[in-house]
Amino acid sequence: MSSPNSAYPDTPETQTKPKRHEWPLWEVFIRGQHGMSHRHVGSLHAADEEMAIKNARDVYTRRNEGVSIWVVEARHIAASSPSEKGPLYEPSESKVYRHPTFFDIPDEVGAM
Amino acid sequence: MAEVDQAQLFEFLCRMGDNTLVLGHWVSEWCGHAPVLEEDIALANTALDLIGQTQMWLGLAAEVEGKGRSADDLAMLRDVWDFRNVLLVEQPNGDFGQTMMRQFLFDAWHLEMLGALAGSSHDQIAAIAAKSVKEVQYHVERSGDTVVGLGDGTSESHSRMQKALNLLWPYVGEMFAADAVDNAVAAAGIAPDPAALRETYDARVGAVLAEATLSVPEDGFAHKGGKSGFQHSEHLGHLLTQMQWLQRAYPGASW
Amino acid sequence: MYAQMVKSEATQEDPEKLAAFQARIDAGEKIEPKDWMPAGYRKTLIRQIGQHAHSEIVGQLPEGNWITRAPTLERKAILLAKVQDEAGHGLYLYCAAETLGVSRDEMTEMLLDGRMKYSSIFNYPTLTWADMGAVGWLVDGAAIMNQVPLQRTSYGPYSRAMIRVCKEESFHQRQGYAVMMKMAQGTPAQKAMAQNALNRFWYPSLMMFGPSDKDSVHSAQSMAWKIKMNTNDELRQKFVDQTVPQAEYLGLTVPDETLKWNEEKGGYDFAEPDWDEFFEVIKGNGPCNAERLAARNKAWDDGKWVREGLLAHAEKRKLRKVAAE
Repeated sequence: MSSPNSAYPDTPETQTKPKRHEWPLWEVFIRGQHGMSHRHVGSLHAADEEMAIKNARDVYTRRNEGVSIWVVEARHIAASSPSEKGPLYEPSESKVYRHPTFFDIPDEVGAM
Repeated sequence: MAEVDQAQLFEFLCRMGDNTLVLGHWVSEWCGHAPVLEEDIALANTALDLIGQTQMWLGLAAEVEGKGRSADDLAMLRDVWDFRNVLLVEQPNGDFGQTMMRQFLFDAWHLEMLGALAGSSHDQIAAIAAKSVKEVQYHVERSGDTVVGLGDGTSESHSRMQKALNLLWPYVGEMFAADAVDNAVAAAGIAPDPAALRETYDARVGAVLAEATLSVPEDGFAHKGGKSGFQHSEHLGHLLTQMQWLQRAYPGASW
Repeated sequence: MYAQMVKSEATQEDPEKLAAFQARIDAGEKIEPKDWMPAGYRKTLIRQIGQHAHSEIVGQLPEGNWITRAPTLERKAILLAKVQDEAGHGLYLYCAAETLGVSRDEMTEMLLDGRMKYSSIFNYPTLTWADMGAVGWLVDGAAIMNQVPLQRTSYGPYSRAMIRVCKEESFHQRQGYAVMMKMAQGTPAQKAMAQNALNRFWYPSLMMFGPSDKDSVHSAQSMAWKIKMNTNDELRQKFVDQTVPQAEYLGLTVPDETLKWNEEKGGYDFAEPDWDEFFEVIKGNGPCNAERLAARNKAWDDGKWVREGLLAHAEKRKLRKVAAE
């Protein structure tokens, strides 16, 4: 079900299980009305990419959530591994100047 | 342009509303029983669109009639002979393939009809059609894809879809056969001549069925009697027995 | 609740890893699919999320039973939208469970052959339109009570699914109560129908929280792992305290003669449901167990050719595309 770097875990159970003939799993990304980036909203099953997009429309935009849909088969997502968490994220923790709250601006200056 | 007789306009609006009412009812039966969850949710969306359209069409019909009835009164308190839907939509669900074939054959007509009605001389009709046509554009894409997928799937799915097509094809013709009501609304610029929609319909349906590797039955016979209300199938009465039961059992109650 | 009597798995693993894992949970961190987790945590979660998902899907049936008989077009649309949401919630939850290494089809098969359970409440019949009110008001009310705290559960995908579920579910209980209000203010027949529905659904709703678990080892482990947030008794008490005034507003009588406000504890004293009945329902002897499972089995069996057909078509298309390139 998953390759070493996919977003899903390798569990002892999945390695010993015979491969099943199921509709593949897709990850769904939706961009809303306000110009924000596509955001991961969830997953679903579909036989191919066209059906995945249609299913995403029916499942994840029932309340006008989105205007643009991306789908990608879950097995094609490469994911960082938990052990890399330190080297990947810690360097940015020290760069506090990237955050607006780092800078003290006097109240008199007004909103910034 | 010719003035339209209000009784004929009422008839026409009942045809639009009864089509969506009856089809929406059947489609809603799949909720909780579809072959896969994603399909369960998608079918419910289709049914919800159809119920919403019913409220608009029958609401307008009731207004045109001017006898103080509501959309709900028309839906829940008329008997079989007062219904004006085409025979195609009252055909039962059957298996999933039959449901999707019925949906596609209707959606393809519905899209052409609503597209034309969006330019109706009657403002309220044009507004309802403009809202509905966006929904139906998606319905026909989805039902068309499913017909193609199952027609060109396994040998079992192919033969089930061919069987569904053979069963339902004789109900296609009624949607395009004009009668006095159609002629009256067409003359007033309210609605298109149904026969004029056939060419685009055949092109769309033909392309989808070809991709689905299905063959259109050669016999051109067409059942009729649904939209005129003269002779519905037996299925409709059973559908109404369920749909109308509460309103009939507790008359005058408010829900 | 939707996940009743979920047994937690004992875990035999490196104590150091376990301690580090527990420390992460205690610090409020979310556990994500690729993180190390004790095998017991994984198994318990699969069982619990799976049971929760199954409950949503089987839960479509009692309310779906009335979609074709809804009294007005608007009620029909609302009910259909609600039951459709339940299918969506099942889908989100199955996806959350899939991140733990079990596929939806596998879980479905375990539901269909009885290896996995669903909530006892859905084995009760819906007999009148007032039951649509009672189910929305009581059953969804009880479910929300459990689901709101679960938004803070330690497993990331489960937590995110619950956040989405809770957001969508906010209208469910209200629509149920709206149906009840209409009935309670309606004709004498409608009012009687509403009372009758409350009579039948009161105790099964209390059972949804499961038997008292204050001394249960399983519950203690699940609570330490933050996959269970409150004890069953806490939630049941909260439910009763919230629901009794709502019944009073409707002018309906809760079918419990012992029900009494207890000033000292700041809550109601109430009668326990019949736990023998509960265990029979769990075992398969509820009024509708056979019908519910038969309906799910039929949908699955009848749908086989559709799932296979569409997959076969997708594979053919892929081959054609490759051939064309």
